[in-house]
Amino acid sequence: MTPRTLFEKVWDAHIVHRLPEGPVLLYVDLHLVHEVTSPQAFGGLRRAKRRVRRPDLTLATVDHNVPTGDRALPIDDPVSARQLEALSANAGEFGIELFDLRSPNQGIVHVIGPELGATQPGMVIVCGDSHTSTHGAFGALAFGIGTSEVEHVLATQCLVMSQPRTFEAHFSGRLAPGVTAKDLILGFIGRIGTAGATGHVIEYTGDVIRGFSMEERMTVCNMSIEAGARAGMVAPDETTFTYLAGRPRAPAGAAWTRAVETWRQLRSDPGAAYDTRVSIDASTLAPQVTWGTSPGMVTDVTGRVPDLAQFQTEAERSAVRRALAYMDLAPGTPLAGLRIDRVFLGSCTNARIEDLRAAARVVRGKRVAPTVHAMVVPGSQQVKVQAEREGLDRLFREAGFEWRNAGCSMCLGMNADVLRSGERCASTSNRNFEGRQGRGGRTHLMSPAMAAAAAVAGCIVDVRGWELADLPQPLELAS
Amino acid sequence: MEPFVRHSGKAVALPRDNVDTDQIIPKQFLKGVERTGLGPALFYDWRYGPDGTPNPDFELNRSSAQGASILITGANFGCGSSREHAAWALEDAGFRAILAPSFADIFFANCCQNGLLPVRLLPQEIDELFRRVQAVGDDYALTIDLEAQGVEDGHGFRTQFGIDSYRREMLLRGLDEIGRTLLEESRIAAFERRRAIGTPGPVS
Repeated sequence: MTPRTLFEKVWDAHIVHRLPEGPVLLYVDLHLVHEVTSPQAFGGLRRAKRRVRRPDLTLATVDHNVPTGDRALPIDDPVSARQLEALSANAGEFGIELFDLRSPNQGIVHVIGPELGATQPGMVIVCGDSHTSTHGAFGALAFGIGTSEVEHVLATQCLVMSQPRTFEAHFSGRLAPGVTAKDLILGFIGRIGTAGATGHVIEYTGDVIRGFSMEERMTVCNMSIEAGARAGMVAPDETTFTYLAGRPRAPAGAAWTRAVETWRQLRSDPGAAYDTRVSIDASTLAPQVTWGTSPGMVTDVTGRVPDLAQFQTEAERSAVRRALAYMDLAPGTPLAGLRIDRVFLGSCTNARIEDLRAAARVVRGKRVAPTVHAMVVPGSQQVKVQAEREGLDRLFREAGFEWRNAGCSMCLGMNADVLRSGERCASTSNRNFEGRQGRGGRTHLMSPAMAAAAAVAGCIVDVRGWELADLPQPLELAS
Repeated sequence: MEPFVRHSGKAVALPRDNVDTDQIIPKQFLKGVERTGLGPALFYDWRYGPDGTPNPDFELNRSSAQGASILITGANFGCGSSREHAAWALEDAGFRAILAPSFADIFFANCCQNGLLPVRLLPQEIDELFRRVQAVGDDYALTIDLEAQGVEDGHGFRTQFGIDSYRREMLLRGLDEIGRTLLEESRIAAFERRRAIGTPGPVS
């Protein structure tokens, strides 16, 4: 039998039917739904008098458009409130489980899937959100879709898809202290470009990835879309199984034993061929900071804003000119020392418990610079509770951070959490597009530790060499 | 979905690479529950100043761009967020086709779902079209024929483009994809029975 990649194994196992025109009908095991990209899909079902085929394989939450302040208060924005009400009504009408603002399980859809154990190896997972690639960290094939396709999956539990190409991103060596999964993925995107993996599913391999925790693998897979890829995947292993064991939606008892046995087969066969391969020595990576308006416009924290002469084509030079004008940066400016106004610790990329711990170790016993407004937005209410159990909330508050409720918040600024025009932000999110965090706002993407250090220093700063504090002992054992 | 067979119309150029969907339609317009009426939000932050006045420098605000139904643009158009609102806004603003050297995957699929034809041409062909739009100014028109998979301007520019046969067929006939998939109901049900018996774990 021809050796197959991890992706090909999962793909093949979900083919319902090969359509005569070429694409396949692909079965979906888990469909995650949120308030922003679903109302039109439910509306379409209603108009066509169609039902949801598998409400039991569909899970909804509210995240993009929710306030992160006091949950006891009504939502200020009536338009946002209506969108949340629409999801509630749709979930009720079509029999879909919903984690709403009152639920202890509410949170960013890509944080709660894994923490519930709903995200499992070998699954096909879709959601009307491009960062669905996050779930690939478990060896699932997970990708974002548009609203028409959301409606298609609701009605049929399938998608019509042409087979993507395969891409191996191999990371050898070891990360230096102070260099994180975020730096690895930003460095990778900087190298291959934001369209470098278009039409592909990336499999991340190598010792560095094997050594990563699930949180770190999720950070890497999350940003696959920023390299243009449909999805990112990591073959499941003991780290994956240990993470999933005992989670509420994970199999239990004999079913667990059988599942793990199956999941162990989910790895690329020796000799399996990829359409594209890139190999990176991770030891060479430094903490990364973006300087422009696309995640590929990134360099080492010790680097400078590039000169136009470094770019080959007029198209590139014109994009860089535009980006630098928007970012109010001159070529040659060192990134370290650049003053910032805001810090955002949050998003589906970097708002899991390990991310908050990494930031807390930088912040403990220090103060946010007086010129900086900093906030922590946990990825889920479960992450928030866990962090509070560990005393991280107090530590952040004492340092001068705001401590919020879970949501997408200032990653995309759909709620009230936005940058004002001209404000410069150190952000742990995934996109530094023009206006993304607020019209006229200037985003610099970086790791949680780097963003925490920037909050304290009041400027972009190399976190390497900073002394990291021990964290307080948890008040009780984590459940 | 409205079928796309052949379309002739005015073309406008937006010569930029990596135009992301946050630019095509900014987040403040994603709060609604309908897919219609999003045309005025198209490229909002590029089109209007912070005070709401039109930005005269933006390509789509020029008088020569008014009434355009074909957008010619740079590589990796539609990257970033999966928001289908980007395709809805383009369609609502009167666009029927987008020509670019490459598109982001999710955006490409979203266009096809809405009868908005994404056409991949070679980078040098797009550059040639940019030159022609600039030279001709007002009323540079193109004809896009999906049946023949061709683009031409009637003044010497003529080329072919590729598109997978499934997408082409769906667009030509304006088919409802869900309706088509539901014809495979028995296969889907059989797949579910097979998975339920044979496979532990993922699908129970």
